Amino acid sequence: MAQHRVIVVGGGLAGLSASVRIAEAGLPVDLFSMVPVKRSHSVCAQGGINACNEVARQQGYSEYMHFDETVYGGDFLADQPPIYEMCHWAPRIIDLLDRMGVPFNRTLEGMRDLRLFGGSLFKRTHFAGASTGQQLLYALDEQTRRYESEGKVTKYEFWEFLWPIIEDGRAVGIVAQDMRTMQIRAFRADAVVMATGGNGLIFGKSTNSVICTGGAASRCYQAGVDYGNGEFIQVHPTSIPGADKLRLMSESARGEGGRVWVPRKKGETRAAKDIPEAERWYFLEEKYPKYGNLVPRDIATREIFQVCMDGYGVAGQNQVYLDLTHKDEAYLNNKLGAILEIYEKFVGDDPRKVPMRIFPGVHYTMGGLYTTFTPKDDGKGLVLGNPVQMMTNVRGLYAFGEVNFAYHGGNRLGANALLSCIFDGLFCGLSVANYVQDCEPGKAPAAAMAPAPFDAAVASEKAKHDRFLSTVGQGSGDKSFNAYQIGRELGEEMTAACTVVKSAQRLEQCISKLAELRGRFAKVRLSDGAIWTNQSLSYTRAVGDMLILAEVIAKGSLLRKESRGSHFRSDFPERDDANFMKTTRATYNPGSGDHTIAFQDINSSLVKPRQRSYGKVENKPAEKKEPVGV
Amino acid sequence: MISTFTTSESLAAARAANRRAAVAGRTVIFRIKRCDGPGKPSRWEDFKVPVPVGANVISCLQYIAANPVTADGKPTTPVVWDSGCLEEVCGACTMLVGGRVRQSCSALIDDYAPAEGDVITLEPMSKFPVIRDLWVDRERLFHNLKRVKAWVPIDGTYHLGAGPTESPDQQGTRYKLSECMSCGCCLEACPQFNLEEKPDMWDTSFIGPHAISQARLFNMHGTGKVLADERLDALMGMGGVSECGNAQNCVKVCPKHIPLTESIAAMGRATTIHGFKRFFRG
Ligand SMILES: Cc1cc2nc3c(=O)[nH]c(=O)nc-3n(C[C@H](O)[C@H](O)[C@H](O)COP(=O)(O)OP(=O)(O)OC[C@H]3O[C@@H](n4cnc5c(N)ncnc54)[C@H](O)[C@@H]3O)c2cc1C
Ligand code: SF4
Ligand code: SF4
Ligand code: FES
Repeated sequence: MAQHRVIVVGGGLAGLSASVRIAEAGLPVDLFSMVPVKRSHSVCAQGGINACNEVARQQGYSEYMHFDETVYGGDFLADQPPIYEMCHWAPRIIDLLDRMGVPFNRTLEGMRDLRLFGGSLFKRTHFAGASTGQQLLYALDEQTRRYESEGKVTKYEFWEFLWPIIEDGRAVGIVAQDMRTMQIRAFRADAVVMATGGNGLIFGKSTNSVICTGGAASRCYQAGVDYGNGEFIQVHPTSIPGADKLRLMSESARGEGGRVWVPRKKGETRAAKDIPEAERWYFLEEKYPKYGNLVPRDIATREIFQVCMDGYGVAGQNQVYLDLTHKDEAYLNNKLGAILEIYEKFVGDDPRKVPMRIFPGVHYTMGGLYTTFTPKDDGKGLVLGNPVQMMTNVRGLYAFGEVNFAYHGGNRLGANALLSCIFDGLFCGLSVANYVQDCEPGKAPAAAMAPAPFDAAVASEKAKHDRFLSTVGQGSGDKSFNAYQIGRELGEEMTAACTVVKSAQRLEQCISKLAELRGRFAKVRLSDGAIWTNQSLSYTRAVGDMLILAEVIAKGSLLRKESRGSHFRSDFPERDDANFMKTTRATYNPGSGDHTIAFQDINSSLVKPRQRSYGKVENKPAEKKEPVGV
Repeated sequence: MISTFTTSESLAAARAANRRAAVAGRTVIFRIKRCDGPGKPSRWEDFKVPVPVGANVISCLQYIAANPVTADGKPTTPVVWDSGCLEEVCGACTMLVGGRVRQSCSALIDDYAPAEGDVITLEPMSKFPVIRDLWVDRERLFHNLKRVKAWVPIDGTYHLGAGPTESPDQQGTRYKLSECMSCGCCLEACPQFNLEEKPDMWDTSFIGPHAISQARLFNMHGTGKVLADERLDALMGMGGVSECGNAQNCVKVCPKHIPLTESIAAMGRATTIHGFKRFFRG
């Protein structure tokens, strides 16, 4: 009898937890990743992972409050039952990671230590030094290696996903390319899980790793998977500007007492340490006395952005201070050692002695492949094992982790992403196993299908590939048809038009720029004709796919005439629940290359929307302490 | 020019001095050892790269990828390299910079080439087969983690409560060991670890300091230690810990400052005791 198999594309936290869960259910897993899975972008996460815990519980916290914070933090855009389930599973996920050997920080009694993170008044964030994502990824990598050595998981590392194979509306495999030999071939499977992460590279420089192009998501979108809430992109308030990327300064720097400030005097020339307390403007603490420096990301980002736009930026540039110098050095080394080292290494200043300089940077993709779910009857959570949990609109094609649009709504709370990735893998991994065993694939395994659809998919990918190769040495060498040039212009345009502040006028300009770039991309010229390890071909292909997702982001931004979460429209500054407490759902039209965008109702059965203000009070610096006549 | 054999203190001092002397707006020469694929000959190519503030080796390689023209004006293919996080945590971007193995993403140009026209050399690691240019195949490094069963054998993903409690001290030690990002710097520097292209030879060739240290990590864990004997068996066999010549090169180049010699000593002692026990048990 032909055997059932599952393909998982992506070996970050979502892909690895899915692989482990599905292999455990008895199905062989083929795991694809562009990088050795241990090097996936999840390794970069620093701050921690949220879950209700005994200490917080006895102080009045609960899974329900974690759920409520997530809904509120996401500005009521996300469907609520999946969040409810995730937050109730969170404590079990921490326990499991603990059993896998994650070195979570400990209290004197040997219990897991906790820290404060944005969007909560309770300590509910578990952490392992200042490289929590690395430690969680390694634990799952080790479990995957164990299954690999038992023959239950087969890894295809340095293989790039090119296209999902969809037959009769059902996913039956993928086309992938070996990035070394450049071989293109089809792999059959009875279900395909996409766990390919976010798309920060669309914005040029971001806090993401170099492979986070969103290319895989875009290919699924072009193949018929809808895309949800594309316009919601999280800009992290505190990143370190750099030549090649924006390095993150984790929110935990604020969680451990970091204070954000600028000199009260515009054009201040003194060094930070020479500016007396009374002449520093701690604008977050002043405007948000309750949450202070720990307001959620979108609010912190906008406030920092605005302060700089108003001319208060340090040294007249787009940067503010993030100050930890008032804290004890030993404490800082213990709690934040790794991230402070990053700053020191890449900037050259010691953040224990000199306040860091930071500015907002693109960080997280809330939007993503559109996924479905089946709630429990009372709406409180999801039905365990039901096959559709986090299945896209294409049967048998799932999306887990950052690549889907669920859970985080209009804005993700810090330390909730790692949770959603692992939750998807574990909870929805069972759904995949049940789908394969109990639904259509149970009767007609992909391994027994006729070869035609697989051969056709490979032929189509080979044709695209060969077309790129045939452009080598063609044309006049004009820079404007160089993929790197197009990629750079794309990043600059998207950062300028689709991040912190958006407006109809700027977005329309952006959409015409994207059309121009798409036109130029149609005539793109490659500089490397190698049929062995051709990285520029892979990058070029991704640029084409990024352009398409960029349009989804820009067009969604234009149509959403309100402000919510990370999406701020200067021409529509208020939230409009009547018209826009809805999912933006984009569908690709392969014929015209255009997008159909509709707004779809959400499931908000559990918490009623309320104003998301985090207790803001209005204060201008001048009204408070600025010395007059200085 | 920074020599390969200086101590890490004088190296740090030389780099800091360079950083202070760095000239703004300069152009430097990247001299890159290139190779089109396995079995193909290597060659050197020079590239002129303008250096913005804060530039590192990867940002310059990105410039070369977008402008694949050699210093004498000839079009060439873009240089191939491996990278990921660009913040020294994924382990992907290891190569020889100025003759010394390290992560290239954290190699600031100011530290190496402070003056106009200064030269930086880039070479692929020599202990792993080259795929193309600066990109090598480190599969063997991951394979060796299987040899020591570098995992905690949990009873599945069911809800079975928390793991073992542990003291902050032990957590601190495990965390340090667990930061190993599989970059391979230690293997490049180790005189006992040599290029081995044939996978069927891997199980009997020197396992490497990174894997010895991982064995220690998992033998320290409350549940992980149930496989302690199997790990020690692996470390006693061919290519095990006794093949380490104690040259201590590994610990000097580890970007994560993993206490490798401490781990090697600890596992050396543990295998000796384990050997006695096995002998008396018969
Ligand atoms: C600097 C930084 C710090 C963060 N800190 C935190 C934190 O403290 N807490 C928190 O909760 N969240 C944090 N986040 C967010 C969190 O890290 C990510 O959302 C999460 O790790 C995403 O995991 P993932 O499994 O979905 O995808 P990833 O880890 O991005 O993995 C994607 C995988 O897909 C593969 N892939 C991609 N494209 C293809 C393709 N075409 N073919 C084959 N394979 C492909 C890649 O090789 C990779 O294995 C942080 C993010 C950043 C950038
Ligand atoms: S101490 Fe051992 S493992 Fe380290 S470099 Fe020397 S021989 Fe290699
Ligand atoms: S021990 Fe250090 S040098 Fe060796 S692989 Fe690990 S991190 Fe790299
Ligand atoms: S790119 Fe990740 S370590 Fe350098």
